[in-house]
Amino acid sequence: MAEFKQKHIIALRDLSKEEIELLISSAESMREINSRDIKKVPTLRGKTIINLFYEASTRTRTSFEIAGKRLSADTVNIAPSNSSATKGETLSDTALNLLAMKPDIIVMRHAVSGSHYFLANKVSCSIINAGDGAHEHPSQGLLDLLTMKDKFGRLDGLKVAIVGDITHSRVARSDIQGLTKLGSSVYLAGPPTMMPPGVEKLGDVTVCTTMNEAIQDADVVMMLRIQQERQGKTLMPNAREYSRYFGLNPNNIKLAKPDAMIMHPGPINRGVEMSSYVVDGNQSWILKQVENGVAVRMAMLYHVCGGELE
Amino acid sequence: MTAEQTILMDGAGIKRALTRIAHEILEHNKGVADIVLIGIRSGGEFLADGIAQQISIIEGGAVPVGVVDITLYRDDCSGQLPHHPVGKTEIPFSLEAKKVILVDDVLYTGRTIRAAMDAMMDFGRPQSIQLAVLIDRGHRELPIRADYVGRNVPTSQKENVQVVFDKMDQPIEVLLEK
Repeated sequence: MAEFKQKHIIALRDLSKEEIELLISSAESMREINSRDIKKVPTLRGKTIINLFYEASTRTRTSFEIAGKRLSADTVNIAPSNSSATKGETLSDTALNLLAMKPDIIVMRHAVSGSHYFLANKVSCSIINAGDGAHEHPSQGLLDLLTMKDKFGRLDGLKVAIVGDITHSRVARSDIQGLTKLGSSVYLAGPPTMMPPGVEKLGDVTVCTTMNEAIQDADVVMMLRIQQERQGKTLMPNAREYSRYFGLNPNNIKLAKPDAMIMHPGPINRGVEMSSYVVDGNQSWILKQVENGVAVRMAMLYHVCGGELE
Repeated sequence: MTAEQTILMDGAGIKRALTRIAHEILEHNKGVADIVLIGIRSGGEFLADGIAQQISIIEGGAVPVGVVDITLYRDDCSGQLPHHPVGKTEIPFSLEAKKVILVDDVLYTGRTIRAAMDAMMDFGRPQSIQLAVLIDRGHRELPIRADYVGRNVPTSQKENVQVVFDKMDQPIEVLLEK
């Protein structure tokens, strides 16, 4: 069996196929802990994890916090509204100050793509990326892979459609990296203003001009949130028009395979990228994604503790 | 690998030892009532199955068998351990008020057993925990002893004792490597 050799988890792009499979396999094993009466194991006793979130988050931050606590680590949350970042402290200074308190892992979300690489060069502890700008969101990518594996038992040979604002989506980038490494075919659809040029060079990725083309016979349909906070007002005329061309509804869902999984990284704009009928329908795996998030993040926290292996 | 290997037990010998352990478990616990077997992954898992089979042959009726992976309970998490994947723990029944028989292949420092006992406590409050091992090779670092032993093998710490399983997960021999 392969070994996990990384000290940091910043992007699925940096991990080998074997390392991704190892994280998923460990997450599958750790899921059992979450169904016990006593949901705690002593593995990371005495370790300190700092959750440093420069951007808003409910799911990811809570999930990382619970994951750390279930492994018996001490977790501390820092949000920008009550940190000295509002007083003008640089990321570098914040990191060095936090480091003086001897954390073992810093889990960070930051609006600037690549900020985790910058941080990893400054500090001696492990860095886990909880989302950086429009770059990657590896824990979401891994939990998506785990959820698909739950249903199909494999990832090899799946047709996965990802629909929405690909340009601004770090989830899409992590999903594309993970899925193509594990042998799935990715089909992207979205308005041309939200489709990054050259994205098909990332691997087995096909850019479709219409949504129907992407979701035709798909095993998985992954809908992305329209990130109103990241994009300007010029990328789409209005939400209603977007919904008509790139929204998932009871009609176009029939184009996908009859047992296709419907996924969404959350938070959902009901009625924009998906109709409520689909969100709450029996093909929806959205809450299972959230459930798997805890186990995946436990696996990530555990495996970075081994440090870098030559 | 130039290590010198000696066969300590063959397949038939292992089977006889497991049969004897099954008898001892039944004698000591006065039957199968409330007994559950928990194998410690990976070697103990298959031996627990073997003992459960023998028990059902002797007394009739199935004994619940579970598996525990003790990786997350180890005391050396910062070392090499996190480079390897975590195995599954499968205990699909309650341990509350049960007589838990932990099964492992080789008893050495006792640290694995300490970790397994901690794991058992997280699953409820067993009436008792007993320990069955195929080989006891000595060199304990914790105050732990086995209740049922297939064979005592005095070893040096430089040596390595290994239980070899075939593709069907049946134990075929016990090797001593120098």
